[in-house]
Amino acid sequence: MTRAVSRKRLITQEKIVFAIFVLLFLGFSLFLPGFLTANNVALLLQSVSVLGILSVAMGATIIAGAIDLSMVALMAMSVAWALQLVNNGMPVPLAMLIGGGSAILVGIINGVLVAYVEIPPLFATLATAACIYGFGRFGLISQDTVYLPKNLGWIAELGHGRVYGLPMPVIVFAVLAAAIALVMNYTKFGRFAYAIGDNRATARITGVPVRPVLVLQYTVSAIVAFIAGLVQATAINSMNTRITDTLLIYEVILVVVLGGIGLSGGKGGIRNVVVGTLLIGTFLNGMTIMNIQFTAQNAIKGLILLTAIAIDQVINPRDEQTSQQGDI
Amino acid sequence: MKNMKKWAAIGLLSMAAILSLTSVKPVAAETEVEGINDPTIAPYFESMKGKKIGYVPFSMSYDLSKGWLAGMEIQAKELGYEIITRDPNWNTDVGVQAMDQLINSKPDIIVLQNPDLQSYAKLLKRGTEAGIKFISVNIKSAYPSYYIGEEWQLNGMAEAQYIVDKCGKDTGRSGKVAIVQGILTSAASAYQIRGVTEVFSKHPEIQVVSNQSANWDAGKAQEITRTVLQQHPDLCGVIGFWDGMDIGAGSAVKEANMQDKVFVVSSGGGYKEAACDRLEDGTYSAYFSYDVRGQAQDINTVIRILLQTNPAPDAFKFTLPTRGVMLTKDNIKPGSCWTMDSFK
Repeated sequence: MTRAVSRKRLITQEKIVFAIFVLLFLGFSLFLPGFLTANNVALLLQSVSVLGILSVAMGATIIAGAIDLSMVALMAMSVAWALQLVNNGMPVPLAMLIGGGSAILVGIINGVLVAYVEIPPLFATLATAACIYGFGRFGLISQDTVYLPKNLGWIAELGHGRVYGLPMPVIVFAVLAAAIALVMNYTKFGRFAYAIGDNRATARITGVPVRPVLVLQYTVSAIVAFIAGLVQATAINSMNTRITDTLLIYEVILVVVLGGIGLSGGKGGIRNVVVGTLLIGTFLNGMTIMNIQFTAQNAIKGLILLTAIAIDQVINPRDEQTSQQGDI
Repeated sequence: MKNMKKWAAIGLLSMAAILSLTSVKPVAAETEVEGINDPTIAPYFESMKGKKIGYVPFSMSYDLSKGWLAGMEIQAKELGYEIITRDPNWNTDVGVQAMDQLINSKPDIIVLQNPDLQSYAKLLKRGTEAGIKFISVNIKSAYPSYYIGEEWQLNGMAEAQYIVDKCGKDTGRSGKVAIVQGILTSAASAYQIRGVTEVFSKHPEIQVVSNQSANWDAGKAQEITRTVLQQHPDLCGVIGFWDGMDIGAGSAVKEANMQDKVFVVSSGGGYKEAACDRLEDGTYSAYFSYDVRGQAQDINTVIRILLQTNPAPDAFKFTLPTRGVMLTKDNIKPGSCWTMDSFK
């Protein structure tokens, strides 16, 4: 119902953000020498593709009225473990199977905790994130940084290969975004996810298999996290598991919220995530060209997040119908 | 009857005497000790035995802290003292708590890696007054303690000098350089940038086109380096402050296929996968190594000196800087870098 209402609205948050992106992009193009070149635009996209990949899955999860804070921990640990196994001499396919399999297992656990045990998603996934990181650091890997083995073959191309001049991470991002957008818009699963996010109780009464859909949602999120981790690790020739301690997971939420997917669920689409990613990418690229310090960039990013959430609050006001237990 | 008893007693006694004589004789023949007894050996071992050494690195999960501990454990086993390890896992607050508890348990020495100049200073003061000796490794403290490790400023100067040699006057290159710093508030980063800028200030032909913090994060370093390369395709050098982060900067250069034109110089403890392997695959053109094997040996030496001399709390606190080596693809040898097996 809220979707119908927001469709009628002329000024949606997505449009505002898209307008800011266009303005920023034009401004940088005019005033920053070297910004508007094919290479730099490819670079701009490349620098946010891991963020974008994570955000696409997070977007879908938030649409279903949940949230997955364990994504970054999961991406770091599952990939670091797989790489460690290869470094220890295990054949690549088997190591990838174990790494990916463990990610899927965590996804299912997340889903079960949220859907069946009914722990609010925020707490459930925050706890699993801590669990994954602690367990991994204690039992799976010997050092924070696991270096990329030499014999990864085509997997290594995920991070730094190019196809027709386009960096592979950008292609992975585009393919995943398109796939998840199709699933969300044209499949039963996608429509169920919207219904659950919009109103879980109503969805259940009308016969939507709420619990299985949520478990599947978290599983998809985990698989995407594993792929994002592979892209990240192969791009920088290593996986530093301390990425779990960084602000990355909040940046993922920033991208999703910025794009206009309300945190209360049921609203927005993958297009919003792409718009959010573009804005952040343009913004970061421009700031780096202007030689603005990382700490200042973080401060400005935080400010943007606050503004985006404030706008979200005004445009999509919460009411008794839309606010749910576990909602952030 | 009485006589018989007497004779029996005499017989027994004499037999005992003969037995004791015969039993002494061969022993005397076996232990014919010659030469001079060194009176310092026993006290040396005595001064080590059963002592307690605390060890508090930043985190037990990276190459430096693992290498130091592996080296320390060899000597501990040999000399019979105990090492108590506390792992703050990069968290200063946890580190403060761990230090506090360790100090209360009164070990003889604490080997520590300060997270910064200030955080442990008060604890060091309290501990020193209580008679504990502190050996700071790689990062000094505002409160004086024995120091072994990196001289970050010299490290920065060495890296800058390498870049000046490759990109400066008469090299025919652009002289454009990017600096990738760590967390700006960390002492390691602050000292290094001082060293770097000190050298560059004497070489006006060097132009620093980007000077940013990548927060010790490889992903961020890669992003910055990519953008800088894009803006300055004639970039000549990249100076990084720590191998764990610089691998991102090096990867960006490699990815752009520019490793022959852009000199990436990094620094670290010389762990094989982080250093020599990266020089060989072209991620770095040079690597300033403060070899962890040498540092572990220095820590061991200082432990032996302090346990024997037991200096007063107000004794002079000496400094043992680690001698760094600039490694390049051309000068590395099989033993230039270390692995955990080096400590077995």
